[in-house]
Amino acid sequence: MQLIKDKQVTQDDWAYIIDETPLKADYIIVSLVRWQQERDQLSRVKHLGLRLASDIDLEEIANDLSHFQLIELYFPVFTDGRAFTHTRLLRSRYGFTGDIRVSGDFMRDQVFYLNRVGVSSFELNDQDNAEQVIQSMHDFSVDSQESVA
Amino acid sequence: MYQYNDKDQTLIDERVIQFRDQTERFLKGEIADDKYRALRLMNGVYVQTHAPLLRVAGPYGLLSSKQIRKLASIARDYDKGFCHFTTRQNIQFNWPALERVPDILEELASVQMHAIQTSGNCLRNTTTDQLAGVAVDELEDPRPYCEIIRQWTIFHPEFAYLPRKFKIAVSASQQDRAAIRFHDIGLQLVNNEQGETGFQVFVGGGLGRTPIIGKVIRPFLEKKHLLSYLEAILRIYNLYGRRDNKYKARIKILVREAGLAEVRQKVEAEWALIKDKLELSAERISDIQAQFTPPDYQANAAQDTSYADNIANNTDFATWAKYNTAEHKTDGYRAVYISLKAPDSPPGDCTHTQLDAIADMAELYSFGMARTTHRQNLVLADIKQADLFAVWQKLDALQCATPNIGKATDMICCPGLDYCSLANAGSIGIAKEINEALDSMDYVHDLGDLKINISGCMNGCAHQSVGHIGILGVDKKGVEWYQITLGGSSENDAAIGHRLGPAVSKKDVTQVIKTLLEVYVEQRFNEDESFLATVRRVGVAPFKEKTYATH
Repeated sequence: MQLIKDKQVTQDDWAYIIDETPLKADYIIVSLVRWQQERDQLSRVKHLGLRLASDIDLEEIANDLSHFQLIELYFPVFTDGRAFTHTRLLRSRYGFTGDIRVSGDFMRDQVFYLNRVGVSSFELNDQDNAEQVIQSMHDFSVDSQESVA
Repeated sequence: MYQYNDKDQTLIDERVIQFRDQTERFLKGEIADDKYRALRLMNGVYVQTHAPLLRVAGPYGLLSSKQIRKLASIARDYDKGFCHFTTRQNIQFNWPALERVPDILEELASVQMHAIQTSGNCLRNTTTDQLAGVAVDELEDPRPYCEIIRQWTIFHPEFAYLPRKFKIAVSASQQDRAAIRFHDIGLQLVNNEQGETGFQVFVGGGLGRTPIIGKVIRPFLEKKHLLSYLEAILRIYNLYGRRDNKYKARIKILVREAGLAEVRQKVEAEWALIKDKLELSAERISDIQAQFTPPDYQANAAQDTSYADNIANNTDFATWAKYNTAEHKTDGYRAVYISLKAPDSPPGDCTHTQLDAIADMAELYSFGMARTTHRQNLVLADIKQADLFAVWQKLDALQCATPNIGKATDMICCPGLDYCSLANAGSIGIAKEINEALDSMDYVHDLGDLKINISGCMNGCAHQSVGHIGILGVDKKGVEWYQITLGGSSENDAAIGHRLGPAVSKKDVTQVIKTLLEVYVEQRFNEDESFLATVRRVGVAPFKEKTYATH
C-alpha cells in the first residue's frame, strides 16, 4: 500500500489490526470497538492509531484522543463527505495534532479539500499515481474561506 | 457589480485547468464513470438525451453586457445558437460536446464566469430578487450578502460532498420574489425591535418530489453572524443528513424526520462554538457593499414628458409598459422585463442574436447590466422613462416584448422529454399548446396574475408544485399523462398546490387548462380577485367538477 504523508511518498509503518486477530507490538491501528473492549492493554502501546467509520460521533472519543498518534478516517464511498467535517473538528475543536489519515474510496480529485481541512496522510490505492495525487493537493493556489484547519 | 479580484480570477483559471485534466483523464479511461460523474456534475455537466448539458453559473442573476456577449458567442461557436435561462438564475447550453467543455470554461473565465457547483451534491448558486437594488419594497440591497455567500460557498472544503444539493436564496423585499421558503436555507432581511437589520433564517424548504415549505429556525440573526450560522447549519446537515436514500437526503427531510426543535438545538449548539471565529466585520460588509453602489442616475429623469405622451398615444406601448415594467426606487426610472415567453419559442430560451442585442441595449440604456429571473425572463433594471419607448421598440423587434410578465403565458417550463434524460413527459410542447390556446392577449390580461408551471417529471425543475396551476408530466406505461395541481405559491403566502384529480392525457391538457380558466372567470368575486385568491376561497371542488364532467 502506498502512503503519502505530509506531501511525501513514504513507507507505511502502520498496520491495521483486524478485530479479533492478534495485536502487534507497536504502530497498530485498531477499530473503535476494539479500543473500547481492550482499552487497558492498548493504552500501553507506544504508537497507537484508531480507525473511525464515517458515522462516528466524535464526542464518543473526545476524551480518549491523547492515546492516539494517528486517526484513520475510512471512506466507505467517495461521496460520503462526513470525513471532511470530522477532520476539521478533530483539528480545530478537539486539538488533535497527530496524523490524520484517510483510507478507502476517496479519490485524487478530493485531496485538495482533504488537505485543506487538515488531513495529513493519504493511503492510496495501488493504481493511484502518488506524484499526481500530491500534485492535486495544489490544484488551487488560492481559496475563498478563512483557513479552516 | 462585483468585480473579481486576483484571487477570484486565479481560482476560476485554475478550475479550468483542473476540469480539463479531469475530462482528459476520463476520456482516456483513467477515471471511473461514477467518479467522473460526480466531478462533471460539480461543474454543471449533465449527460442528456442528445448531448451533454452545460449549466453556467449566474451568481444571483447578475450579468454584464460583456458576459451576455460571451454567452452569445458560446451559443454560436459551441451550441446550436441559443441558450436557456433556468429557475436558479443560471444559463444552460444544451448541445456542447464533452471534450469542448473545458474550452467553453476557458472562454467563460475570460469574463469572470464559470460553471462551478451548478449541479452535484454541493452548495449551489445563491439566488435573489431580480429587482434587488431597485425594488421599492426593499429594506436594503441583498446582493452584497449574496456575494459574501458566493465567496464562502465556492470550493468550501468541508461541504463539497454533502448528502444532497444545497440551495440558498436571499430576499430583502416585502414581497418575496426569490421563493426563499422553498430553499434549503432562505434568508430574509428584516429589522428587529431595536431597528437593527439582520436575517430571518428559514431552513428545510424545497421542491422536487417532496415539496416542503421552509420553517423559521432563527427569527433574527445579526449580519456579522451570517457565515457562522450558515456554517453551523451545513455542518449539522453534513453530519446528520441521510445518505442512504437520495430521495430522502435533502435537509428538508432531516428537518421533517428529526423535527425543527432538534435541528435547531443542534445548529444553535454548534453555532455557539464557532460564532466568534467566523465573524463578518463591518468593514468586510461595507467593502462588498461598495461594489454594489447605485449607478449614476440622472437627477432630472422624471422631468421627461415623452413617456406619458407615448403611453397616451400608443396602446401597444402602454400595454407593454403596464405589464412588463416595474416600479423603481429612483424617480424617472423603471425596471424592464425582457419576456423570454414569446408564443412560439420554448420558455426561457434565448438566441445568440437576441443575446447580442440585449447586451447592446444593456450598454446603451441600463448601465451595462442585465439580470436573470427565477421565472426564466431577463430584466434591464435601470431604464430611464424617456428611453422606455425605444427599448420597447427594440425588444418588440427581438420578439422579447410579449406583454405577459406574471400572466398565464409567462409559464415556467423545464426542458422536459425534448432534452432531459430524467423526464417522463414533454413540457415545451404543452407550453406551446397552451400558448396557442391563449392567443388573445386581452383574455390573458383579463385573467390577471397567474403562474403556470410545467415540469416533465416529479423532480420538479419547473416548480410545478408551487404554480397557481401546476402541470406535472408522468409516465403511465410508456404514455405521457399530466397531473394538475391548483393553488400553489412560492411567495410570502407559500403553499403547495392541491391535486385537481386523476391525471389527464396529453391531448386533454390544454382543454383542461382552458376549462380551469373558465371556471375561474365564473367563480371570481370580481376582476380584482386573482386566480390564486379564488382557488383559496372556493377550493378545488368547482374546478374538479367541471374538468371531469367535460373530459
